Amino acid sequence: MATMPANEDFAPWDDPSARALITFRNVTKRFGRFTAIDAIDLAIYEREFFALLGPSGCGKTTLMRMLAGFETPTEGAIELAGRDIVPVPPNRREVNMMFQSYALFPHLSVWDNIAFGLRRSAMGRADIAARVEEMLRLTRLEPFARRKPHQISGGQRQRVALARSLAKAPKLLLLDEPLGALDKKLRQETQFELMDIQEKTGTTFVIVTHDQEEAMTVASRVAVMDHGRIVQVDTPARIYESPNSVYVADFIGDVNIIEGTAGASSDGPNLAVHWAEGQQALTGPARTPLAGGQRCALAIRPEKIAISGDRPGGMHNVVQGKVLDIAYLGNVSTYHVELPTGHVLKAQTANTRRIARRSHTWDDTVWLSWSDTASVVLPV
Amino acid sequence: MNIRRLLVIAVPYLWLLALFLVPFGIVLKISLSDLAIARPPYTPYLDLAAGLAGLKAFFAGLDFDNFVFLTTDDLYWRAYLSSLWIALSSTALALLVGYPIAYAMSRATPEWRPTLMMLVILPFWTSFLIRVYAWVGILNTEGVLNQFLMLTGVISEPLTILNTRTAVYIGIVYTYLPFMVLPIYATLDRLDDALLEAAEDLGCSRLSAFWLVTVPLSKQGIIAGCFLVFIPAIGEFVIPALLGGSETLMIGKVLWDEFFRNRDWPVASAVAIVLLLILLIPIILFQRNEQKQREAEG
Ligand SMILES: Nc1ncnc2c1ncn2[C@@H]1O[C@H](COP(=O)(O)OP(=O)(O)OP(=O)(O)O)[C@@H](O)[C@H]1O
Ligand SMILES: [Mg+2]
Repeated sequence: MATMPANEDFAPWDDPSARALITFRNVTKRFGRFTAIDAIDLAIYEREFFALLGPSGCGKTTLMRMLAGFETPTEGAIELAGRDIVPVPPNRREVNMMFQSYALFPHLSVWDNIAFGLRRSAMGRADIAARVEEMLRLTRLEPFARRKPHQISGGQRQRVALARSLAKAPKLLLLDEPLGALDKKLRQETQFELMDIQEKTGTTFVIVTHDQEEAMTVASRVAVMDHGRIVQVDTPARIYESPNSVYVADFIGDVNIIEGTAGASSDGPNLAVHWAEGQQALTGPARTPLAGGQRCALAIRPEKIAISGDRPGGMHNVVQGKVLDIAYLGNVSTYHVELPTGHVLKAQTANTRRIARRSHTWDDTVWLSWSDTASVVLPV
Repeated sequence: MNIRRLLVIAVPYLWLLALFLVPFGIVLKISLSDLAIARPPYTPYLDLAAGLAGLKAFFAGLDFDNFVFLTTDDLYWRAYLSSLWIALSSTALALLVGYPIAYAMSRATPEWRPTLMMLVILPFWTSFLIRVYAWVGILNTEGVLNQFLMLTGVISEPLTILNTRTAVYIGIVYTYLPFMVLPIYATLDRLDDALLEAAEDLGCSRLSAFWLVTVPLSKQGIIAGCFLVFIPAIGEFVIPALLGGSETLMIGKVLWDEFFRNRDWPVASAVAIVLLLILLIPIILFQRNEQKQREAEG
């Protein structure tokens, strides 16, 4: 699911000498008595494709609007390239935004929409024309240049919005759910187009999305938000493999959460989790040090659970159960397995064989197993 | 096409025929007639009992003399020009006053908007005549305005506003302001705030965003408002009669005088027909604008 960013060496966030392009310092935003953004610290680096992910109402748009200059933080400072931008009005910021609703000017043609920002600058006529043509080529909109926004399709409109926000070659481009209105196929195409454009132009992108798959596909790093706070900022792979909380694990992808209490630390980084009376403890690496007896949760992704008819040998994490349900998803099947304790675990297998030759079926007794390192133990 | 559909289409057309075309036909006929000391005061009069000969005599009696007469006396074309000018300037003034009102209404918080809308419409609930007459009390030399200005020491001599063109402008702008405000408000209300933010994001100041986005996108409302003020203002009679005194020449007043003072129905009708022809141009333009707007929204 998670594709690696094109350039795997690109990791300025791990480099202590790297200077961030954008820095949020303890930023809080309140609307009346409601806190939309709660004491956020964040650094975004040049050429990053940074994704903001979180449930509806968690403050993604608000964060974005503070970067664009449409909202002023109640507390804290926002820096762009080392300069405090809080007092700078939106029209003086080297930041452009692609609006969730596209906000294309209905009275202007596609060409004039793209030229709109350029005409506000000191650019000459010929340069503007050249730049607009370049943007039209980049977004493959040349045939539609003379049309008005209501005369083109939704996908084309979205590309106009993108071209318009890119035209001024901003230091930072903000994309608020840019692909929300597109169907899945067009969305995937556009995601790759976006990545391509980002690579070509070297612009720093911040993207808001509801779609975690989208965030995983395009982003160099993902910030998972909840109730105005940032819960975890990491690369897509690390967010997926090594979430720092049950919230993140649950938010990104499918996961089985088994709650229990931590046993005394035994072999190396691994921790035993006692999860049910009379059942063998499960083990996994702890994300943060946990004291013995502390409540915790073991998170395990369905695709890391193996399913077999016989008890597999040499595994610490083995449970037995009965197949409750099978969801056939084409390339994979998800088995819902009920354990004697009442827990229901999801296990996923790739469908390499024809459906009729499936080795397990409803009500079969099966064994589920996973390796020690497949899961992660999280505090609750 | 079934009967019901035919009815649905026929009813408004019959309505139009009865209430617009027939009266128009009558006025047109009178304008082609000659003045007579009779009742009604014109000839010929269609005598259906005389049959075909009567019809022939009737048509022989019609001519364009009254229209020719309008060109011989410069009173008429001066009155037309003056009406056009007064209507144009009042429309411009109404736009200047009305646009900010509409803009402020559209910027007000949603819970205030119905109230503000109400305040704009409220004057319509009282008689038009009384409202215009009230301006006499405000504008005359001993009126409220002069008293106030003298009391506050702004002026020492009362201003003569009543019975001047200024009073007519004030009256027209006051009376027709809602026709300017409401269509503009309707377009501004639909304006997406994100467009203004997008303009600012792309480097516009607030002011240039207003000129480059708000004004062009309220163009349809401006055009509609201007026509709705301009068209009735040209033929206005009550306002110049009450506020303009003898000094202001307007075609509505000329028409009234021909009709009621001179009892010259044929000339009065000719004046009305020419006025209608003059109005036809802006009315057609207005319809085209409305159509274009509907298509753009379609
Ligand atoms: N102008 C405002 N006045 C009051 N509350 C606001 C305002 N703008 C946003 N909020 C509140 O702040 C919270 C965060 O809003 P925001 O638009 O940032 O959410 P979001 O994460 O973008 O959600 P979504 O994914 O649905 O777009 C919401 O609870 C919202 O109701
Ligand atoms: Mg949002």
